[in-house]
Amino acid sequence: MALTITRPIDELTARKPFDWPNALKEAGLVAFVILGLTVVMVGIEVRDVPGGLALIGRYDDVAFACLFGFFGRIVIALLRERRPKPVFAICAPLAAVLLFILLSQDTLAFLAGIGLDLGAGFAATMQAIKLALPFKSLVVMWIVLIVIVVFAIWALRMMSASRATPAAADKSDADTQDDRKPLVQRITLFLGPALIAVAIVMPMLATPFGQRWFPFLPTVDLQIMDIAVLVVTYIMLGWGLNIVVGLAGLLDLGYVAFYAVGAYSFALLATHPEAVAWSQAVFGSSFGFWICLPFAGLMSATAGVLLGFPVLRLRGDYLAIVTLGFGEMIRIILLNWYSLTKGPDGLGGIPRPSFFGYPFTASPPEGVTSFHELFGLEFESIHRVIFLYYVILVMALATNLFTLRIRRLPVGRAWEALREDEIACRSLGINPTNTKLTAFGIGAMFGGFAGSFFATRQSFISPESFTFIESAVILAIVVLGGMGSQVGVVLAAILLIGMPEIFRDLQQYRMLAFGAAMVLIMLWRPSGLLSHREPTIKLFGRQAARRAAKAP
Amino acid sequence: MSAEPAALSASGADTLLDVQRLTMRFGGLVAIDDVSFAARDRQITAIIGPNGAGKTTVFNCLTGFYKPSVGRLVLHSEGREFLLERMEGFRIAQNARVARTFQNIRLFPKMSVLENLIVAQHNRLMRSSGYTLLGLVGWPGYGRAEREAVRKAEYWLEHIRLTDRADLEAGNLPYGAQRRLEIARAMCTEPVLLCLDEPAAGLNPRESGDLRKLLTYIRDTHNIGVLLIEHDMTVVMDISDHIVVLDYGRKISDGTPEQVRNDPAVIRAYLGEEDEDEDEDGRSAGGSGVTDESSPDRTPGGER
Repeated sequence: MALTITRPIDELTARKPFDWPNALKEAGLVAFVILGLTVVMVGIEVRDVPGGLALIGRYDDVAFACLFGFFGRIVIALLRERRPKPVFAICAPLAAVLLFILLSQDTLAFLAGIGLDLGAGFAATMQAIKLALPFKSLVVMWIVLIVIVVFAIWALRMMSASRATPAAADKSDADTQDDRKPLVQRITLFLGPALIAVAIVMPMLATPFGQRWFPFLPTVDLQIMDIAVLVVTYIMLGWGLNIVVGLAGLLDLGYVAFYAVGAYSFALLATHPEAVAWSQAVFGSSFGFWICLPFAGLMSATAGVLLGFPVLRLRGDYLAIVTLGFGEMIRIILLNWYSLTKGPDGLGGIPRPSFFGYPFTASPPEGVTSFHELFGLEFESIHRVIFLYYVILVMALATNLFTLRIRRLPVGRAWEALREDEIACRSLGINPTNTKLTAFGIGAMFGGFAGSFFATRQSFISPESFTFIESAVILAIVVLGGMGSQVGVVLAAILLIGMPEIFRDLQQYRMLAFGAAMVLIMLWRPSGLLSHREPTIKLFGRQAARRAAKAP
Repeated sequence: MSAEPAALSASGADTLLDVQRLTMRFGGLVAIDDVSFAARDRQITAIIGPNGAGKTTVFNCLTGFYKPSVGRLVLHSEGREFLLERMEGFRIAQNARVARTFQNIRLFPKMSVLENLIVAQHNRLMRSSGYTLLGLVGWPGYGRAEREAVRKAEYWLEHIRLTDRADLEAGNLPYGAQRRLEIARAMCTEPVLLCLDEPAAGLNPRESGDLRKLLTYIRDTHNIGVLLIEHDMTVVMDISDHIVVLDYGRKISDGTPEQVRNDPAVIRAYLGEEDEDEDEDGRSAGGSGVTDESSPDRTPGGER
């Protein structure tokens, strides 16, 4: 009996020696894969030089990436074998040094500020080292630093855990596993209202009022506001597509077609001579944004239903291919129907939205009060962007509210049931044709609303804006967010649209970093960021309590 | 054979379903060959037969998943006649009110148990939500209808003993509970005819006993007709009022359990000497009984 108890403890204490040959082999393999991936994409840069294009080798970057992968793999192997000490001993100082180099100017300035001047020579040396760092981009070095810090923290946690008994370590592992699911639920509950609050407050930080009220928060400039408008547009598109893909389970790869139909409907209604003449005759003015918006949505919904009819019998991959084709068809029609759409020249002069009749212009025409005159402000171009931001925010939130409500209605539940099992739906008397068509139509309608906003924001549209890649990005937002999750769409849109903007500093590496981030997210959360599904009705819950209270 | 169903349908006004000369061909394969039978209101009619006899095909014709090659399927309900062979699948469930379950369970696995039962009441809720338009603006009539739907779901949850698991994902329920839930979901559509495709497959003896109680309760309390495909002979003989035996797509016997049990044709084809034990053992031990392909070890009883 005693033997059987002591043996495993012996095995635990007497550890096997670290398997260096295997770790080196794996690290070599990783380095080789990185070499294969980067040798063309990173190693060769095409640059515009006088007299043509030149290929410029950047093999130092490739070598550094391979080295980084090689040592990173060894570190991971060490950590898997529960040997945190050497990892920590290497990573922690390395991280500290790198941090110091990256922040050298700020740090030295700070030290000088408190009377500790290290001298101009030292600062120059640091600057030289900083410039000599590989990749020539500080953002890459920051990412490298973050990876090293993650390794160090991982090692540190392992060291503190190994001090506790192994049983306790196992238990804490199990605890974190148990905690994970409720955590996601809690995130979903709190994140929604928090994000809405941030979204409402954010543009105020761009105004003097906001800066007075929230002096502790960073200020927001025109560029950030522009990105925010873009992100919210994609959130709205994501929410619209979420009805089709997330709820009804119809894989739609041509969603951008409805975006295009909405944008062109709006642009034509607002600028086509006949439409303008007609509206002048009837309303005494040309169509404004708020009149065109429902028409654009209606046109898109019609397009959605028209597409829906022929593809109703298709499912999964086949549906995806047909919708992909439909998306391209719309784009090519827009490109070739020159008499109506002006083809590749695009439609320009689309009226910008006005603040309920007060335009955002520096010098309004005679007899018209502009926005800044109305409120007695200095003219600033950011005013219009902030107004656009609130318009799209309201439209997006309306989409969200609509989706949340319709999920609790029979048609919403039928969508989800259809996603789960179409045959069972038919056996319960649900008309699959109508149910799919409503999903297509309503999803398309929101795409059309977003499209008309896009047209009025850009004031110029051409078929180039509605390529397949847009559909792919919108679909990626829905899938990455977790199919059917509304908050997930928001997070994914911020990541997918905001991240490339943040990475703009990386220049050529931008899409590489973007791809890497996508791969990491899919490894970390294979079913999307927030894939938890809350039932639309509960027998035991808050609603049930309310129901019980209402019942006599 | 053709005179018998005519006599049956003439005999009682309570004939619920009248299957006349049903034939289903898939290319050259004749899955059902000139089968006629009737099912009555407030009775459990069992369709039995060896694997591949065409039982599930009869169900698929009845519920609109297949269009029969030849034959008439008449449902008499509330003084109206529905010709099922001419109706679309979802209309059979919606208007003729024929509900069914599936051999391999088809729940909505990611939706909660309660939601499964609410989805089954789709058409009534759809009307009361004004085809979503009134529901979107918070019409009080829809709230009332939904509360009523929840009460009905609760009623069935009590009878299948799943009330405490109402808010869990249906896909996570144990097998027996999923079978019961599928029956409850079919009942939530308020059918006049309930078609059950092997409801006892994969159930243990206790669960199978519960199922028998549930089915007799449904027949007696809700006054509907039940059409039952089942391989478990203890269930069939215990609760059926009427049994139809198919073999190779043909009807070989039709009558009360007592008559069928003693019919030499049935004994030869299905309950036959050495085959009876094997087939039943295979069923009760094998569990799911998902496939319906012809078993190699059955008696060569047909003409082919």
